[in-house]
Amino acid sequence: MKWFWYASPQTFFPLAGTIARWCAVAAAALTAIGLYIGFFVAPTDAQQGEVYRIIFIHVPAAWMSMFIYLVMAFWAALGLALNTRLSAMMAAALAPTGALFTFIALWTGSLWGKPTWGTYWVWDARLTSELILLFLYFGFIALRAAIEDPRRADRAAALLAIVGVVNVPIIYYSVQWWNTLHQGASVSFSRAPTMAATMLAGMIIMALAFWLYSIAVSLVRVRCMIREGA
Amino acid sequence: MKPRHKRLAAIGVGVAALAIVAALVLTAFEKNLVFFFTPSQVAANEAPQGRLFRIGGMVEKGSVKREGVEVRFVVTDTAKTIPVVYRGALPDLFREGKGVVAQGTLGPDGVFQAREVLAKHDENYMPPEAAHAVTEAQKTRQLQKAQETLVK
Repeated sequence: MKWFWYASPQTFFPLAGTIARWCAVAAAALTAIGLYIGFFVAPTDAQQGEVYRIIFIHVPAAWMSMFIYLVMAFWAALGLALNTRLSAMMAAALAPTGALFTFIALWTGSLWGKPTWGTYWVWDARLTSELILLFLYFGFIALRAAIEDPRRADRAAALLAIVGVVNVPIIYYSVQWWNTLHQGASVSFSRAPTMAATMLAGMIIMALAFWLYSIAVSLVRVRCMIREGA
Repeated sequence: MKPRHKRLAAIGVGVAALAIVAALVLTAFEKNLVFFFTPSQVAANEAPQGRLFRIGGMVEKGSVKREGVEVRFVVTDTAKTIPVVYRGALPDLFREGKGVVAQGTLGPDGVFQAREVLAKHDENYMPPEAAHAVTEAQKTRQLQKAQETLVK
Protein backbone atom coordinates (compact mmCIF):
# COMPACT_ATOMS: atom_id res chain seq x y z
CA MET A 1 0.00 0.00 0.00
CA LYS A 2 1.41 3.33 -1.12
CA TRP A 3 -0.48 5.05 1.71
CA PHE A 4 1.87 3.72 4.34
CA TRP A 5 4.98 5.00 2.57
CA TYR A 6 4.78 8.32 4.41
CA ALA A 7 3.51 6.69 7.61
CA SER A 8 7.12 5.82 8.30
CA PRO A 9 8.73 8.63 10.35
CA GLN A 10 12.02 8.28 8.43
CA THR A 11 10.47 9.07 5.04
CA PHE A 12 8.13 11.69 6.50
CA PHE A 13 10.90 13.64 8.23
CA PRO A 14 12.40 15.47 5.19
CA LEU A 15 8.97 16.03 3.59
CA ALA A 16 7.67 17.61 6.83
CA GLY A 17 10.68 19.94 6.82
CA THR A 18 9.99 21.21 3.31
CA ILE A 19 6.24 21.68 3.91
CA ALA A 20 6.88 23.44 7.22
CA ARG A 21 9.31 25.90 5.64
CA TRP A 22 6.94 26.93 2.83
CA CYS A 23 3.93 27.14 5.12
CA ALA A 24 5.84 29.34 7.58
CA VAL A 25 6.80 31.79 4.82
CA ALA A 26 3.25 31.88 3.44
CA ALA A 27 1.79 32.28 6.94
CA ALA A 28 4.02 35.29 7.66
CA ALA A 29 3.08 36.94 4.35
CA LEU A 30 -0.65 36.33 4.78
CA THR A 31 -0.59 37.55 8.40
CA ALA A 32 1.00 40.82 7.22
CA ILE A 33 -1.63 41.25 4.47
CA GLY A 34 -4.51 40.23 6.76
CA LEU A 35 -3.50 42.58 9.57
CA TYR A 36 -2.97 45.43 7.09
CA ILE A 37 -6.51 44.94 5.75
CA GLY A 38 -7.83 44.54 9.26
CA PHE A 39 -6.29 47.70 10.64
CA PHE A 40 -6.17 50.07 7.67
CA VAL A 41 -8.49 48.96 4.83
CA ALA A 42 -11.58 47.53 6.58
CA PRO A 43 -14.13 50.20 7.52
CA THR A 44 -15.19 51.04 11.06
CA ASP A 45 -18.27 49.12 12.23
CA ALA A 46 -21.48 51.14 12.42
CA GLN A 47 -22.47 49.86 15.89
CA GLN A 48 -19.29 48.91 17.70
CA GLY A 49 -16.78 51.38 16.29
CA GLU A 50 -13.13 50.27 16.28
CA VAL A 51 -13.54 47.56 18.92
CA TYR A 52 -14.91 45.14 16.33
CA ARG A 53 -11.43 44.82 14.76
CA ILE A 54 -10.74 42.06 17.28
CA ILE A 55 -12.67 39.73 14.94
CA PHE A 56 -9.65 39.57 12.63
CA ILE A 57 -7.92 37.59 15.39
CA HIS A 58 -10.84 36.27 17.42
CA VAL A 59 -12.91 34.55 14.74
CA PRO A 60 -10.04 32.81 12.87
CA ALA A 61 -8.59 31.70 16.24
CA ALA A 62 -11.96 30.30 17.32
CA TRP A 63 -12.36 28.47 13.99
CA MET A 64 -8.86 27.02 14.33
CA SER A 65 -9.45 25.94 17.92
CA MET A 66 -12.37 23.75 16.80
CA PHE A 67 -10.86 22.60 13.51
CA ILE A 68 -7.51 21.60 15.03
CA TYR A 69 -9.37 19.54 17.62
CA LEU A 70 -11.15 17.62 14.85
CA VAL A 71 -7.87 17.00 13.01
CA MET A 72 -6.17 16.00 16.27
CA ALA A 73 -8.94 13.53 17.08
CA PHE A 74 -8.77 12.19 13.52
CA TRP A 75 -5.05 11.45 13.85
CA ALA A 76 -5.57 10.03 17.34
CA ALA A 77 -8.29 7.68 16.06
CA LEU A 78 -6.14 6.66 13.10
CA GLY A 79 -3.24 5.92 15.44
CA LEU A 80 -5.51 3.87 17.67
CA ALA A 81 -6.93 1.86 14.77
CA LEU A 82 -3.83 1.36 12.63
CA ASN A 83 -1.18 1.40 15.36
CA THR A 84 0.90 3.86 13.37
CA ARG A 85 3.31 5.76 15.56
CA LEU A 86 3.34 8.81 13.28
CA SER A 87 -0.44 9.36 13.61
CA ALA A 88 -0.12 9.61 17.38
CA MET A 89 2.78 12.01 16.93
CA MET A 90 0.67 14.21 14.63
CA ALA A 91 -2.10 14.33 17.21
CA ALA A 92 0.34 15.22 19.97
CA ALA A 93 1.99 17.88 17.81
CA LEU A 94 -1.34 19.61 17.11
CA ALA A 95 -2.49 19.81 20.74
CA PRO A 96 -0.37 22.79 21.93
CA THR A 97 -1.34 24.87 18.86
CA GLY A 98 -5.00 24.01 19.38
CA ALA A 99 -4.77 25.00 23.02
CA LEU A 100 -3.05 28.25 22.03
CA PHE A 101 -5.81 29.20 19.59
CA THR A 102 -8.51 28.27 22.11
CA PHE A 103 -6.84 30.51 24.66
CA ILE A 104 -6.52 33.36 22.13
CA ALA A 105 -10.21 33.02 21.20
CA LEU A 106 -11.28 33.15 24.87
CA TRP A 107 -8.91 35.97 25.72
CA THR A 108 -9.71 38.26 22.78
CA GLY A 109 -13.41 37.48 23.22
CA SER A 110 -13.19 38.54 26.83
CA LEU A 111 -11.46 41.80 25.91
CA TRP A 112 -14.19 42.45 23.33
CA GLY A 113 -16.96 41.47 25.71
CA LYS A 114 -16.20 44.19 28.26
CA PRO A 115 -16.80 47.21 25.99
CA THR A 116 -19.63 45.66 23.93
CA TRP A 117 -21.61 43.40 26.27
CA GLY A 118 -20.56 45.12 29.48
CA THR A 119 -18.83 42.08 31.00
CA TYR A 120 -15.61 40.10 30.56
CA TRP A 121 -17.22 36.72 31.06
CA VAL A 122 -20.67 35.11 31.19
CA TRP A 123 -21.49 31.44 31.60
CA ASP A 124 -23.47 31.11 28.39
CA ALA A 125 -23.37 27.93 26.28
CA ARG A 126 -20.86 29.21 23.70
CA LEU A 127 -18.31 30.55 26.16
CA THR A 128 -18.59 27.60 28.54
CA SER A 129 -18.23 24.96 25.81
CA GLU A 130 -15.18 26.78 24.40
CA LEU A 131 -13.65 26.79 27.90
CA ILE A 132 -14.28 23.04 28.10
CA LEU A 133 -12.41 22.71 24.80
CA LEU A 134 -9.39 24.40 26.41
CA PHE A 135 -9.54 21.92 29.29
CA LEU A 136 -9.79 19.03 26.82
CA TYR A 137 -6.58 20.19 25.15
CA PHE A 138 -4.88 20.55 28.54
CA GLY A 139 -6.18 17.12 29.55
CA PHE A 140 -4.84 15.56 26.35
CA ILE A 141 -1.38 17.10 26.83
CA ALA A 142 -1.26 16.24 30.54
CA LEU A 143 -2.48 12.67 30.12
CA ARG A 144 0.06 11.95 27.42
CA ALA A 145 2.85 13.41 29.53
CA ALA A 146 1.76 11.55 32.66
CA ILE A 147 2.13 8.00 31.30
CA GLU A 148 5.67 6.68 31.06
CA ASP A 149 5.24 4.10 28.26
CA PRO A 150 4.81 6.07 24.99
CA ARG A 151 2.50 3.48 23.35
CA ARG A 152 0.16 3.41 26.34
CA ALA A 153 0.34 7.20 26.66
CA ASP A 154 -0.70 7.61 23.01
CA ARG A 155 -3.60 5.16 23.41
CA ALA A 156 -4.95 6.84 26.56
CA ALA A 157 -4.62 10.34 25.10
CA ALA A 158 -6.25 9.19 21.85
CA LEU A 159 -9.29 7.92 23.75
CA LEU A 160 -9.62 11.27 25.54
CA ALA A 161 -9.30 13.14 22.23
CA ILE A 162 -12.01 11.00 20.61
CA VAL A 163 -14.40 11.38 23.53
CA GLY A 164 -13.90 15.15 23.43
CA VAL A 165 -14.99 15.36 19.79
CA VAL A 166 -18.59 15.48 21.03
CA ASN A 167 -17.87 18.98 22.35
CA VAL A 168 -16.99 20.50 18.96
CA PRO A 169 -20.49 20.49 17.38
CA ILE A 170 -21.82 21.71 20.73
CA ILE A 171 -19.54 24.76 20.52
CA TYR A 172 -20.40 25.40 16.89
CA TYR A 173 -24.19 25.06 17.20
CA SER A 174 -24.56 26.41 20.77
CA VAL A 175 -25.63 29.81 19.46
CA GLN A 176 -28.40 28.21 17.38
CA TRP A 177 -29.60 25.60 19.85
CA TRP A 178 -29.92 27.83 22.91
CA ASN A 179 -30.34 31.47 23.78
CA THR A 180 -26.83 32.76 24.31
CA LEU A 181 -25.32 36.16 24.89
CA HIS A 182 -22.80 35.38 22.14
CA GLN A 183 -24.17 36.38 18.75
CA GLY A 184 -24.83 33.92 15.95
CA ALA A 185 -22.35 33.22 13.17
CA SER A 186 -21.76 36.03 10.67
CA VAL A 187 -20.15 33.55 8.29
CA SER A 188 -21.56 30.04 7.94
CA PHE A 189 -21.87 27.22 5.45
CA SER A 190 -25.60 27.66 4.89
CA ARG A 191 -26.12 31.32 4.04
CA ALA A 192 -24.49 34.48 2.74
CA PRO A 193 -22.16 36.25 5.21
CA THR A 194 -23.70 39.18 7.10
CA MET A 195 -20.68 41.44 7.01
CA ALA A 196 -19.05 43.95 4.69
CA ALA A 197 -16.83 42.49 1.93
CA THR A 198 -13.50 44.01 3.05
CA MET A 199 -14.10 42.89 6.63
CA LEU A 200 -14.81 39.39 5.37
CA ALA A 201 -11.69 39.40 3.16
CA GLY A 202 -9.48 40.38 6.09
CA MET A 203 -10.97 37.64 8.24
CA ILE A 204 -10.59 34.93 5.59
CA ILE A 205 -6.96 35.90 4.93
CA MET A 206 -6.21 35.78 8.65
CA ALA A 207 -7.88 32.37 8.85
CA LEU A 208 -5.67 31.10 6.00
CA ALA A 209 -2.61 32.53 7.74
CA PHE A 210 -3.57 30.69 10.96
CA TRP A 211 -4.01 27.46 8.98
CA LEU A 212 -0.56 27.70 7.46
CA TYR A 213 0.96 28.68 10.81
CA SER A 214 -0.65 25.65 12.45
CA ILE A 215 0.64 23.30 9.75
CA ALA A 216 4.14 24.77 9.99
CA VAL A 217 4.52 24.61 13.77
CA SER A 218 2.92 21.19 14.16
CA LEU A 219 5.20 19.72 11.47
CA VAL A 220 8.23 21.24 13.18
CA ARG A 221 6.99 19.68 16.43
CA VAL A 222 6.55 16.30 14.72
CA ARG A 223 10.14 16.51 13.44
CA CYS A 224 11.33 17.13 17.00
CA MET A 225 9.35 14.10 18.22
CA ILE A 226 10.78 11.90 15.45
CA ARG A 227 14.32 13.00 16.40
CA GLU A 228 13.65 12.33 20.09
CA GLY A 229 12.12 8.96 19.31
CA ALA A 230 14.79 7.82 16.88
CA MET B 1 -12.21 -8.47 9.28
CA LYS B 2 -8.67 -7.44 10.05
CA PRO B 3 -7.91 -6.31 13.62
CA ARG B 4 -7.39 -2.73 12.43
CA HIS B 5 -10.82 -2.68 10.82
CA LYS B 6 -12.28 -4.02 14.04
CA ARG B 7 -10.62 -1.25 16.03
CA LEU B 8 -11.84 1.35 13.50
CA ALA B 9 -15.39 0.01 13.80
CA ALA B 10 -15.15 0.03 17.60
CA ILE B 11 -14.08 3.69 17.54
CA GLY B 12 -16.94 4.53 15.17
CA VAL B 13 -19.53 2.82 17.36
CA GLY B 14 -18.00 4.43 20.46
CA VAL B 15 -18.24 7.94 19.02
CA ALA B 16 -21.83 7.34 17.85
CA ALA B 17 -22.82 6.09 21.33
CA LEU B 18 -21.17 9.11 22.94
CA ALA B 19 -22.97 11.46 20.56
CA ILE B 20 -26.32 9.92 21.52
CA VAL B 21 -25.50 10.19 25.23
CA ALA B 22 -24.46 13.82 24.80
CA ALA B 23 -27.64 14.61 22.85
CA LEU B 24 -29.82 13.05 25.58
CA VAL B 25 -27.98 14.84 28.39
CA LEU B 26 -28.20 18.18 26.59
CA THR B 27 -31.93 17.78 25.93
CA ALA B 28 -32.45 16.87 29.59
CA PHE B 29 -30.60 19.98 30.73
CA GLU B 30 -32.18 22.18 28.07
CA LYS B 31 -33.73 24.57 30.63
CA ASN B 32 -30.42 25.15 32.42
CA LEU B 33 -28.47 25.74 29.23
CA VAL B 34 -30.67 28.63 28.23
CA PHE B 35 -28.86 31.84 29.03
CA PHE B 36 -31.98 34.00 29.02
CA PHE B 37 -35.76 33.76 28.67
CA THR B 38 -37.72 35.68 26.06
CA PRO B 39 -40.69 37.84 27.10
CA SER B 40 -43.02 35.22 25.53
CA GLN B 41 -41.51 32.50 27.70
CA VAL B 42 -41.92 34.68 30.78
CA ALA B 43 -45.54 35.36 29.83
CA ALA B 44 -46.08 31.59 29.52
CA ASN B 45 -44.65 31.15 33.07
CA GLU B 46 -41.65 29.19 31.80
CA ALA B 47 -39.20 31.40 33.67
CA PRO B 48 -38.18 30.37 37.23
CA GLN B 49 -40.31 31.98 39.93
CA GLY B 50 -38.83 33.85 42.87
CA ARG B 51 -35.18 33.55 41.92
CA LEU B 52 -32.70 35.38 39.73
CA PHE B 53 -33.00 34.78 36.01
CA ARG B 54 -32.21 36.60 32.80
CA ILE B 55 -34.53 38.00 30.19
CA GLY B 56 -33.46 38.81 26.67
CA GLY B 57 -34.93 40.59 23.68
CA MET B 58 -34.92 43.93 21.93
CA VAL B 59 -35.10 47.27 23.69
CA GLU B 60 -38.39 48.69 22.40
CA LYS B 61 -37.94 51.87 20.37
CA GLY B 62 -38.87 55.01 22.31
CA SER B 63 -39.24 53.14 25.60
CA VAL B 64 -36.02 54.24 27.33
CA LYS B 65 -36.65 56.76 30.12
CA ARG B 66 -33.87 57.99 32.40
CA GLU B 67 -34.67 59.42 35.85
CA GLY B 68 -31.31 60.21 37.45
CA VAL B 69 -29.50 56.89 37.88
CA GLU B 70 -32.68 54.92 37.29
CA VAL B 71 -33.40 53.70 33.78
CA ARG B 72 -36.72 52.31 32.63
CA PHE B 73 -37.14 50.51 29.34
CA VAL B 74 -39.26 47.82 27.74
CA VAL B 75 -37.87 44.50 26.47
CA THR B 76 -39.78 42.99 23.58
CA ASP B 77 -39.58 39.90 21.37
CA THR B 78 -42.17 41.50 19.05
CA ALA B 79 -44.90 39.26 20.54
CA LYS B 80 -44.79 40.06 24.29
CA THR B 81 -43.15 42.83 26.28
CA ILE B 82 -41.70 43.23 29.79
CA PRO B 83 -41.08 46.59 31.47
CA VAL B 84 -37.64 46.75 33.12
CA VAL B 85 -36.23 49.05 35.76
CA TYR B 86 -32.48 49.29 36.37
CA ARG B 87 -30.12 51.43 38.45
CA GLY B 88 -26.57 51.73 37.23
CA ALA B 89 -24.34 52.18 34.24
CA LEU B 90 -25.44 50.71 30.91
CA PRO B 91 -22.99 49.14 28.43
CA ASP B 92 -21.93 51.25 25.42
CA LEU B 93 -23.89 49.17 22.95
CA PHE B 94 -27.17 49.49 24.85
CA ARG B 95 -29.44 51.03 22.20
CA GLU B 96 -33.12 51.24 21.40
CA GLY B 97 -34.06 48.61 18.84
CA LYS B 98 -30.98 46.49 19.71
CA GLY B 99 -30.54 43.30 21.68
CA VAL B 100 -30.31 43.30 25.46
CA VAL B 101 -29.99 40.72 28.25
CA ALA B 102 -30.94 41.70 31.81
CA GLN B 103 -30.48 39.67 34.99
CA GLY B 104 -32.80 40.19 37.94
CA THR B 105 -36.16 39.20 39.38
CA LEU B 106 -39.72 39.70 38.25
CA GLY B 107 -41.61 41.88 40.74
CA PRO B 108 -45.24 41.19 41.73
CA ASP B 109 -46.23 44.25 39.67
CA GLY B 110 -44.85 42.60 36.52
CA VAL B 111 -41.88 44.94 36.35
CA PHE B 112 -38.51 43.23 35.96
CA GLN B 113 -36.05 44.51 38.57
CA ALA B 114 -32.71 44.25 36.77
CA ARG B 115 -29.42 43.96 38.68
CA GLU B 116 -27.23 43.65 35.63
CA VAL B 117 -27.80 44.74 32.04
CA LEU B 118 -25.72 43.39 29.15
CA ALA B 119 -25.91 44.41 25.50
CA LYS B 120 -26.39 41.57 23.04
CA HIS B 121 -24.71 42.30 19.76
CA ASP B 122 -26.10 40.88 16.50
CA GLU B 123 -24.10 39.12 13.80
CA ASN B 124 -24.22 42.02 11.33
CA TYR B 125 -21.03 43.92 10.68
CA MET B 126 -21.13 46.89 8.33
CA PRO B 127 -19.53 50.30 7.85
CA PRO B 128 -21.50 53.40 9.03
CA GLU B 129 -22.35 54.43 5.44
CA ALA B 130 -23.97 51.05 4.78
CA ALA B 131 -25.86 51.18 8.07
CA HIS B 132 -27.10 54.66 7.11
CA ALA B 133 -28.19 53.39 3.68
CA VAL B 134 -30.13 50.52 5.30
CA THR B 135 -32.05 52.81 7.65
CA GLU B 136 -32.78 55.25 4.80
CA ALA B 137 -34.10 52.40 2.65
CA GLN B 138 -36.32 51.22 5.50
CA LYS B 139 -37.65 54.75 5.98
CA THR B 140 -38.54 55.19 2.30
CA ARG B 141 -40.22 51.78 2.30
CA GLN B 142 -42.32 52.80 5.29
CA LEU B 143 -43.13 56.11 3.61
CA GLN B 144 -44.23 54.30 0.46
CA LYS B 145 -46.42 51.97 2.49
CA ALA B 146 -48.00 54.92 4.30
CA GLN B 147 -48.68 56.65 0.98
CA GLU B 148 -50.19 53.50 -0.47
CA THR B 149 -52.58 53.11 2.47
CA LEU B 150 -53.49 56.81 2.16
CA VAL B 151 -54.32 56.41 -1.54
CA LYS B 152 -56.54 53.45 -0.74
